[in-house]
Amino acid sequence: MTARRLSSGGRIDRSQTVTFRWDGKRLQGFAGDTLASALLANNQRIIGRSFKYHRPRGVMSAGVEESGAIVTTGRGARSEPNVKATQQELFEGLVASGQNAWPSVRHDVGAVSGLFSRFFAAGFYYKTFMGLPPFETGRGTGIWMQYEKLIRKAAGMGSASRLPDPDVYDHAHGFCDVLVVGAGPAGLAAALELAQQGRDVVLVEQDFELGGDYLAQSDPQAITRRDTQVAALRAAGVRIMTRTTAFGLYDNGVAGLLERVTDHLASPDASLPRQRFWTMRAGRTVLATGALERFISFGNNDLPGVMTPNAARSYLNRFGVLPGQRIVVATNNDSAYAVAGELAAAGAQVILADARSDAALVAPKGVELRQGLAPFNASGGRGVSGIEFASQQGGAWRVAGREACDLLLVSGGWSPVINLASHLGARPIWDSALACFLPGKTRSDIHMAGSAAGVWQTEACEASGTAVARQVIGADTALPAAGGWQTPIAPLYEVRVPGRRTKAFVDPQHDVTGDDVRLAHQEGFVSVEHLKRYTTLGMATDQGKMGNIIGLAMMAEALGREIPQVGTTRFRPPYTPVAIGALAGRHTGPHAKPLRRTPLHDWNLRQGAVMTDAGLWHRPWYFPHAGEGMAEAYVREATAVRETVGICDVSSLGKIAIQGPDATEFLNRIYTNPFAKLPIGRARYGIMLRDDGIVMDDGTTWRLGESDYLMTTTTTNAGKVMVFLEELLHTRWQDLRVHVTSVSDHWAGVSIAGPKSREVIAPCLEDGEAVTNDNLPFLGVRPVRLKGGIEGLIARISFSGELAYEIYVPSGYGEAMMALLWPQAQAQNGVLYGLEALGALRIEKGHVTGAELDGRMTIDDAGLGKMASPKKTFIGDALRRRPELTDPNRPQLVGVFPKIRSDTFNAGALLTAPGEDSGFGDGWLTAVTHSPALGHWIGIGYIAGGVAAWEGRRVLASDPTRRGPVEVEIVPPIMFDPKGDRMHG
Amino acid sequence: MIILNCPFCGPRDHSEFDYGGDGSITYPSLDAPVEDWHAAVFLRDNICGVQTETWQHTQGCRMWLLVERDTMSHEVHSIRPAHPGHAAVLEGKV
Ligand SMILES: [Zn+2]
Repeated sequence: MTARRLSSGGRIDRSQTVTFRWDGKRLQGFAGDTLASALLANNQRIIGRSFKYHRPRGVMSAGVEESGAIVTTGRGARSEPNVKATQQELFEGLVASGQNAWPSVRHDVGAVSGLFSRFFAAGFYYKTFMGLPPFETGRGTGIWMQYEKLIRKAAGMGSASRLPDPDVYDHAHGFCDVLVVGAGPAGLAAALELAQQGRDVVLVEQDFELGGDYLAQSDPQAITRRDTQVAALRAAGVRIMTRTTAFGLYDNGVAGLLERVTDHLASPDASLPRQRFWTMRAGRTVLATGALERFISFGNNDLPGVMTPNAARSYLNRFGVLPGQRIVVATNNDSAYAVAGELAAAGAQVILADARSDAALVAPKGVELRQGLAPFNASGGRGVSGIEFASQQGGAWRVAGREACDLLLVSGGWSPVINLASHLGARPIWDSALACFLPGKTRSDIHMAGSAAGVWQTEACEASGTAVARQVIGADTALPAAGGWQTPIAPLYEVRVPGRRTKAFVDPQHDVTGDDVRLAHQEGFVSVEHLKRYTTLGMATDQGKMGNIIGLAMMAEALGREIPQVGTTRFRPPYTPVAIGALAGRHTGPHAKPLRRTPLHDWNLRQGAVMTDAGLWHRPWYFPHAGEGMAEAYVREATAVRETVGICDVSSLGKIAIQGPDATEFLNRIYTNPFAKLPIGRARYGIMLRDDGIVMDDGTTWRLGESDYLMTTTTTNAGKVMVFLEELLHTRWQDLRVHVTSVSDHWAGVSIAGPKSREVIAPCLEDGEAVTNDNLPFLGVRPVRLKGGIEGLIARISFSGELAYEIYVPSGYGEAMMALLWPQAQAQNGVLYGLEALGALRIEKGHVTGAELDGRMTIDDAGLGKMASPKKTFIGDALRRRPELTDPNRPQLVGVFPKIRSDTFNAGALLTAPGEDSGFGDGWLTAVTHSPALGHWIGIGYIAGGVAAWEGRRVLASDPTRRGPVEVEIVPPIMFDPKGDRMHG
Repeated sequence: MIILNCPFCGPRDHSEFDYGGDGSITYPSLDAPVEDWHAAVFLRDNICGVQTETWQHTQGCRMWLLVERDTMSHEVHSIRPAHPGHAAVLEGKV
């Protein structure tokens, strides 16, 4: 191939030279070039190496269907693999290199694997490494995965940067009356007609220039026409988005758009996102997405220098590059004739081989036309140097001469881009006259225009766009018929000569050959879905845009059927690849999920809190003194709570106001224990189940008035409980007069726990007598006024097992409350304590949390069966009686001590009898801690049958992946102060 | 990308809503036999076509809704408040 830049012509700006680097070399192109056109202008032939066989590959197309010129752009953290050179705009300083090759695409060590290519046939990996000795069934999969890593490394698909992505991506939302996808002759005409009829139109074009096929035409009239249309569109107020791909269509007129904002800029404005991911909502959508020219399968059809005629036309007319000097054009349809003439006019020597013998067209000026010839086998090492032809004789192809060439253009017909319509379920219909899939019946809000609907000629495409626009508006307008060739296409997918073996590619990007397709058939993978998965046909980054139909045609032939009977796979989004970064948008790092802060967040940080995640919340984990780690800090904090007093931020607990005349009845139905007679000014611990009888959540509910309750939930289940209560009231118990309101964020709450807690609180209150044992007994609740007039609520409830209170004040007064409480606590040698100490205290007391109430346990499993009232019914009461849930051998809550008290263990360890440590074990540890009160490690967990079944027996905490087994003892779950004397004190 | 037309808030993206479940279920009374509860909670039809579903406008007005949706096309045929009291208020009857 001797490609060269012509001295004139094309839409490049010859006054603006652009310097770029290709595989370390400095090369030059012009503004308006793609990387592919600039590489061709520099006569670069080998652009990539193929995936499996490392065969040299060059530019095969001029668009998104590219299967050969797949490159890596950028450097370091901005290194981007698998970029199609045909889509990458050239800019000053662009760095690009070939991939799948070492040390370079021109001298690739891996090419030797081509010699062993039979080992890479379809299904080879599976058959070799899975299920066969020595990799017997069952074991093979793991070994296969190891081999796969090696094979993939050898094969390569470009490599992504392992550095964090330095770019930002935005999410954006748009709305319009009509979305027009594609700005070729049909799309421009449709958008203009719609805008002139007063519709709000968004026109998206994946290219950096509007015009589509106009841009590739040699006739200057085409550009004039394009310029007129674009000017009229702008005047009519059409919103135009170039460099924007509509990659998927979804329900309700939603289109996913990817706008490449800075990928074409040498030094982008730092305030711009690299890409924008648009959710566009359109009333109607016009798909003017064009058609892609496809290949034919024949020997060495992947050599550099083999491309589509339409690509050559684009390079010639748009980019001013003549991609070859001795050119053979092989076609089975009319479209290549004009290209052949244009190439000849540009000075190339052109032979046009038409597989048809009956074509009515005459040879263009300067072109040697040979009818009845098809390409059979290309020759050349590092690029095409000649082509052997074949002709039909007696129903089979026979070799019919050869011709030298440096560029071989192959057209096997055109495939309308129906991908987007297919995303919404439109079934492609095979049109045997045009030898292509047409969109079939689309949904009423989706319209196909131009060559996407199988209309081939420019004027007809314009008419199609206008007619579709009128249909969108509601006019009863006839659409132009599909087609437009003088002589019908002669379907041609593969050229094989009996007795001659060739390497003929169906899907060049994934190195799938015709032999692979026949092998799939031979081994029974005849459904198109199986064919795809067995051979990987159409699964590369081009999604089979060039090769899929050839594969289907071959399978149809092997089965003795027609293509429509074989069917096609459904297209799925995205039409072209979308960076994960664009999908994530700004939702990365700390913005990946919202952060919830308690009203005391800043106060906690000022006291030196180390924070931890609790759901979306950040909560204090521990408050280290100088020189302390987590272990020392939490032991000190928990010890202080038992000896003096501690204060803990509990603002993140869910809080739900339950109000209304039927509030009591409502609570009585959702809690397992009775609430009908809870007096005003009292709190009660309650458990609620799901419909299926499994525990949903627990917490205390405070009766504030006759029809006024405050329910608290666990931090993590606050949202779930609220939704469930609303569901019950809205959908199930519509007669109950109850209103529920989430007030979690309205209150700042602290727990003050420890023998000195009363001494801390009393001085902070306007009336210190409010917290005497008589005025506020265990589980009492009352309004309270802190000094300075802060109105709040106080309840005497305990999670730690100590004398303890919870005080809630309006969020904005949280810090004022701490300013009162904390000095008093310090005067009592008290501490602030975090989640780790809280965990230690509750494990000592055998109190359950989300780790124990994990969505699988019943109220009996959790040792709380006495809280299920036999005198009333409640949510979950019926289904908790299922035999599976009442089996006495179910896991039950237990406490766990290490047999040797100085031992430790991990949460998640399995509890097993000695010698039975394979499988699932008999139980598991849900939480562990060092117990300051007991002076050794303790755990809480579940074991089948509970304490009664295991007391006095040998048990192991089996933890093979982290540490060895530890012998443990099963004890009752309340491991400290089982009678509860301390909290009543 | 379903858009649900909340009777209170207007058309909103489905990401504001949470799917509830089968809206055709009448839950048994709390003292009904376990068989009735088993049927209501576990025995569900897998409908190919239009089905009634409950959704909640969690990120909006928090109303529970009854939605008739075609499981094949995602076409939404109707949306109304699950609670007749809400419906009456929105229709101006109260
Ligand atoms: Zn709403």
